[in-house]
Amino acid sequence: MIGLWSVPLLFALPLALGILSLLVTPAWRPRLIFVGLPLLTLASVDVLARLVLEGPRIYELGGWEAPLGINLVVDGLAVGMILMTTLVASLCALYARVYLRDYPASSSFFWPLLWLLWAGMNGIWLAEDIFNLYVGLEVMGLAAVGMVALRATPQALAAAMRYLLAALLGSLAYLLGVALLYATYGTLSMAGLQEAAAPNATTHVALALIILGLLLKTALFPLHAWLPPAHGGALTPVSALLSALVIKGSFYILMRIWLVLGPEVTPIFTAQLLGVLGAGAVFYGGWMAWRQHHLKQLVAYSTVAQIGYLFLFFPLVTGTGPEAARLAWDGTLMMLVAHALAKAALFLSAGNLILAVGSTQISHLVGISRFRPMSLFSFGLAGVSLMGLPPSGGFTGKWLLLHSAILSDQWWWLIVLFLGGLLSAAYIFKVFRMSFREGPQIDRSITPPLTLDVTALILASASILIGLTAHLPLFWLRLGSAFGAG
Amino acid sequence: MSGALVFAWSGVLLFGLGLFGFIAHRHLLRRLLAFNIMGSGSFLVLVGLAQDGRGVDPVPHAMVITGIVVAVASTALALVVFRRWYRASGRTDLPEDT
Amino acid sequence: MTWNALILFGVLATSLVASAVIFLLAESRHTTRSVFNLAAAVVKLLLVGWIVWGVYQNIDYEFRFTIIEGVDFILRADALGMMFVGLSSLLWLFTTIYAIGYLEKAPNRSRFFGFFSLCVASTVGIALAGNLFTFLLFYELLTLSTYPLVVHRGTRESLRAGQVYLYYTLGGGALLLFGVVALHVLVGDTEFVPGGVLSGLDPSLHPLLIGIFLMMIIGLGVKAALFPLHAWLPMAMVAPAPVSALLHAVAVVKAGAFGIARLVYDVYGIEFAFSLGLLGPLAVAASITIIYGSLRALAQDDLKKRLAFSTVSQVSYIILGISLFGPVGTLGGLVHLLHQGLMKITLFFCAGNYAETLGVHKISELDGAGQRMPATSVAFTLGAFGMIGIPPMAGFISKWYLGIGALEVGMNWVLGVLILSSLLNAAYFLPILYRIWFRRRERLWCEGKVLGRFETSGWLLLPTLATAAFALVAGVLAGMPFSPLYWADLIVSREYLP
Repeated sequence: MIGLWSVPLLFALPLALGILSLLVTPAWRPRLIFVGLPLLTLASVDVLARLVLEGPRIYELGGWEAPLGINLVVDGLAVGMILMTTLVASLCALYARVYLRDYPASSSFFWPLLWLLWAGMNGIWLAEDIFNLYVGLEVMGLAAVGMVALRATPQALAAAMRYLLAALLGSLAYLLGVALLYATYGTLSMAGLQEAAAPNATTHVALALIILGLLLKTALFPLHAWLPPAHGGALTPVSALLSALVIKGSFYILMRIWLVLGPEVTPIFTAQLLGVLGAGAVFYGGWMAWRQHHLKQLVAYSTVAQIGYLFLFFPLVTGTGPEAARLAWDGTLMMLVAHALAKAALFLSAGNLILAVGSTQISHLVGISRFRPMSLFSFGLAGVSLMGLPPSGGFTGKWLLLHSAILSDQWWWLIVLFLGGLLSAAYIFKVFRMSFREGPQIDRSITPPLTLDVTALILASASILIGLTAHLPLFWLRLGSAFGAG
Repeated sequence: MSGALVFAWSGVLLFGLGLFGFIAHRHLLRRLLAFNIMGSGSFLVLVGLAQDGRGVDPVPHAMVITGIVVAVASTALALVVFRRWYRASGRTDLPEDT
Repeated sequence: MTWNALILFGVLATSLVASAVIFLLAESRHTTRSVFNLAAAVVKLLLVGWIVWGVYQNIDYEFRFTIIEGVDFILRADALGMMFVGLSSLLWLFTTIYAIGYLEKAPNRSRFFGFFSLCVASTVGIALAGNLFTFLLFYELLTLSTYPLVVHRGTRESLRAGQVYLYYTLGGGALLLFGVVALHVLVGDTEFVPGGVLSGLDPSLHPLLIGIFLMMIIGLGVKAALFPLHAWLPMAMVAPAPVSALLHAVAVVKAGAFGIARLVYDVYGIEFAFSLGLLGPLAVAASITIIYGSLRALAQDDLKKRLAFSTVSQVSYIILGISLFGPVGTLGGLVHLLHQGLMKITLFFCAGNYAETLGVHKISELDGAGQRMPATSVAFTLGAFGMIGIPPMAGFISKWYLGIGALEVGMNWVLGVLILSSLLNAAYFLPILYRIWFRRRERLWCEGKVLGRFETSGWLLLPTLATAAFALVAGVLAGMPFSPLYWADLIVSREYLP
């Protein structure tokens, strides 16, 4: 047990730093990242190393056995999400340290919220029982709402309020589902549920409640209305964190619960329905993104669209052969990670472009390619991944999903992937078209600090590189899952 | 109908009432109250159903306590955001809410 | 990782590194950028020469790593790929020289040369790709890296052209992606093997294979400007002259034609493709494009537009050659891949020279250009003769083998297509030559700028003359070792041997 200090550290440390940052003066708050980021990086890498060397395991917090103690699951999926969180959140934090100098009032509360958010996310990735998932979800959700409200403008407050109401409704539906499951099976642990689960009416109702609650939190079309104002209107580093990581939290829970209960308990119809909603999200989100005039709104609607791809997981993994299911798992996770990296990069570089021209309007970007090539380059790299063009994580994910769809004879999902890619190309190139245009509108631009460009570029490059080296992360992610050995 | 089921059904009823209020009302304070009623409903389900035939089970109680803490925290946050929103806009509901 | 693998990767890396360095250089550092650019082009050419020699001696060059289970990233040097690499690295050098001269004092050069190098890197990647996955990867990268070049001028017209270009190429790319995934599901990682990998499949899958072939031909035909998928090409003429030269002679249309060659020879296998009955329709499509392109070219007064439609027509010679089931037809098609590149790039350089030096864009204004710019005009004449197919120019060699190849497989009507198109070629090129050499100019040339000692800037003139010389030599010395014909013969012997 000595060696596993890193597992509890992953959520204890951000929690401690969150409290600590409230105790120190606002000027000191950003500096805590120089303690937090290295330690969290170290802990994440340690967890990965142990996973690879010693295999997946269940970790009993404080040595107490469930149900009184809390079990943590350290498998490939959890570790993969932890690494993704560490990478994206660290870079967003570095970005925020520079970016928030212009927003001193918001800055002082950003840092405690960031640590709280981080603790909540790591809690979700590691939780082994459905109730602790709820706790993690709430911690993350409340921190996220606080972050959206940071800007304190009426629009931001309205967006935060709307987000909060959606989140609360979603959590309660989820909680009621958990209550029903516990009443039926007398256990909260995933492993216990997997053994006990049977297709009966209570389970169906519970699962329906859980799914609905999580769909609302993940902002799947048509429950997405809260997302664009919240993500598009927040401060840039907040937008990046929210779009890249937070929505993945609820999707992750859905994915875990589905794999535990779904295939045995739910009718295939439900899986297809989720896929259809995903397709709706891809089309509607892409279409709306293309119609936006504000850069960050465009990026926010792009998130609505990209969430849709993730939901193709359910029809592709349910009632299909083992090979198709494994490809769907690989593809969805690739999509998920690639989207996290690319969307964070897209928001950060969009923020840089907005800083450079001093306007959020896309039409004001005329000729910006001459002045801010680096911001635009990051935007482009991230865009490549979102469009699903090679070589990128988005492409590799799409490839795997296509493969899975063909293998399972569900050709209609091919059309979704096909048109979705073209739609995303339409809205990404809408920005580029403007940036390449030579016009009289601007003859100079403000140069944002280098850190802002570099963090965006690192994330964007990562979204490309992960596609080329997908072999290894996908192997790790499969450790300890039903798709492992093969 | 056993005592436990009475609790559980009351919980479901409360949840339903709360849900109705949450959706039907525009005033944010009312929606917040509705949310709390929904929360109480689900806690009642937890405690009620878990007693069914197994004696006293400590786990649901622990969960409900945690749940109440979460609900209180959420309500507090919602109130803060609501107050700031009211000060900034003078409205008690959200614009173009559907 | 062996040395050979590293050398092979080096061919790709030279342009990638060049691109990265150029992006990072400040806009004002012209000299550093030019030196670096040229150095990279020369190093690449040397590496390519080395590998060409090795491939000739049957040495294997392969670079691979795993991307996901069952999908590898493979670069491999084979005779067909090296032919395309050789062409693109040679012409990259000349086009770079030309572009440095052409864009002197123009804005956004850093961006231009960065994407220019990236474009060449993608072309080399396409040529060296050892399986369909890698091919697709670079094929899409080519789309992305050429878009900024097409819209480089940033005018409304060029942005419009860029948009049309994207509609076509991204749509085509998506179709290609489906074909690639479908084949991947059927046979696993689709490595390029002479003779193909599909002939062993169950006959019940044959209709499916025909469908996939059709889809992929459409995907590739977009870039190869196969009728009716060609509309983007004449529109993309708004790009600067070096970009047009690159697009037409080296990168984009060639990538499409090369992809079709790979698909027919190394994925389906020409025998199998023939037995599925896929080659006949392909030959018909190519013939229609040849005639159609020539007819449209006749009607253009804008010099670059006429050249563009001429490209539409000429590239389909390559596809026609591929679709002839026999070694001689193959030879004609493959050799034309090189010949057309050399001739067409010469013509575009010349068009650029006229536009840059004399401010002339229209054919009707070219009267007497031969006296003002004799060297450029000689180069233009050589290129035009080649296109018409007058012996001993390179174009004649291509058409000769195409004709024989068609007769060999009994497709006599192809001969008619060749003759008709040659007549049409003559009809749209000879009037230009007539105007250049035999008409006198009524007014003075509006000499805006003095461009050095020669009739135009040396940066512009030397590449033009060099490529013209190559086009001439390729035809005259076709029998020599390492001429295009010789190399194409090598490919054919390896393709038809088993």
